[in-house]
Amino acid sequence: MSFFLAALAWIADPAHWGGSGGISARLGEHLFYSLLAVALAVVVALPLGLWIGHTGRGRALVIGTSGALRALPSLGLLTFLAVALGVGISGALLPSTIVLALLAVPPILAGAYAGVEGIAPDVVDGARATGLSERQIITGVELPLAVPMVLGGIRSATLQVIATATIAAYLGLGGLGRFILDGLPVRDYPQMLAGAVLVTVLALVVEGLLIVLQRALLTPGIRVATGVEA
Amino acid sequence: MRWAIANGEQILSLTLNHVLIAVPPIILSLVLSVPLGWWAHRHRGARRVLLTGSGILYALPSLPLFVILPVLIGTRILDPINVVVALTLYGIALMVRSCTEAFDAVDPGVRDSAFAVGHSPAQRFWRVELPLAGPPMLAGLRVVSASTLSLVSVGALIGVPSLGYFFTDGYTRSFLTEIMVGIIGTVVLAVVFDALLVAAGRLLLPWVRATDTRKGAA
Repeated sequence: MSFFLAALAWIADPAHWGGSGGISARLGEHLFYSLLAVALAVVVALPLGLWIGHTGRGRALVIGTSGALRALPSLGLLTFLAVALGVGISGALLPSTIVLALLAVPPILAGAYAGVEGIAPDVVDGARATGLSERQIITGVELPLAVPMVLGGIRSATLQVIATATIAAYLGLGGLGRFILDGLPVRDYPQMLAGAVLVTVLALVVEGLLIVLQRALLTPGIRVATGVEA
Repeated sequence: MRWAIANGEQILSLTLNHVLIAVPPIILSLVLSVPLGWWAHRHRGARRVLLTGSGILYALPSLPLFVILPVLIGTRILDPINVVVALTLYGIALMVRSCTEAFDAVDPGVRDSAFAVGHSPAQRFWRVELPLAGPPMLAGLRVVSASTLSLVSVGALIGVPSLGYFFTDGYTRSFLTEIMVGIIGTVVLAVVFDALLVAAGRLLLPWVRATDTRKGAA
């Protein structure tokens, strides 16, 4: 337990918070990398997922691809892209964002198409009968009703991205993983442990916030149209 | 290719290491999750605690967990055991949910019939509910297997030898072939493990039609 106390003391030390390598800066970097990757993944996966849910096409392909992606080691992909792109430490943000976004795509896709598929067929037929175009059905009916599921997908994607962004430090990027990787060669265990605790707490806090947001967005109307219990 | 042949011995020994680290978590997560899943299936309170707990557990990032564990369980910081324990925890986090849902999915009518023909609760569990819950559990275990094999390589960052060594070494040397060998090796292992699990499923669960392809969503 003494290690833990040392780690907590390390975190509590004001000297470790300021400056370009301080906790606040690393926390900001970590969130920046994660947000960038999740945003990129949303832009790609959300329209695709809604389209799959709406048309029912391409579902098997997506499930297969997601399964295959799971077997790909992210550390391998990260180092491979970094070397293949030849960007060096200064451009390490490019391979890291690609890998993190790749991780985030499958859960967001799954959330989007599962959300659309979960809507009662009557609701969609009703919208069609009142004369909405297919595009209007997707953006005006299916998307709003799928929001909780979409957000659920974004939540698991965000968690994975925050966790994996730790590894991005290996390419020389910042983020909370720095504390772990910098502490390792000099056997500074309190610093490593502090980094580990910080990433874990960050992941749990973000998870909690997204769960609250998800609950708040599950309106009675959505519950009726999708049959989802709270 | 030439590099792979010249370094065949190293590839073989690191692959073996990779397998040795990955197998215990896969087996342990199954063995431990069946009773936990059963418990969650039977008791509302246990379900809430176990399913929320496993959700949180799965949210813990792997590299930090490798570093935190030795402090909690008193092992050395670079001991491979830490990786095994951490991966077992992730496996359980995934598997408890699969097992709970597998038991939930057993038709209540079948359960009642088993009771009606005079099965004791123990007989009902071993002869009716467990066999019927087998296929979805196997689907869950396949997911655990793939993710475990992929996560083992992260251990390379804290010096635990596995195919992940090719990632860190290849990166330091800017040598793509080496990284490729590591990635291909990991994927091949995942495919082989998956095939073994499917074969084991055919053997142990002969009542499952070959058409059952239920897979866990991402």
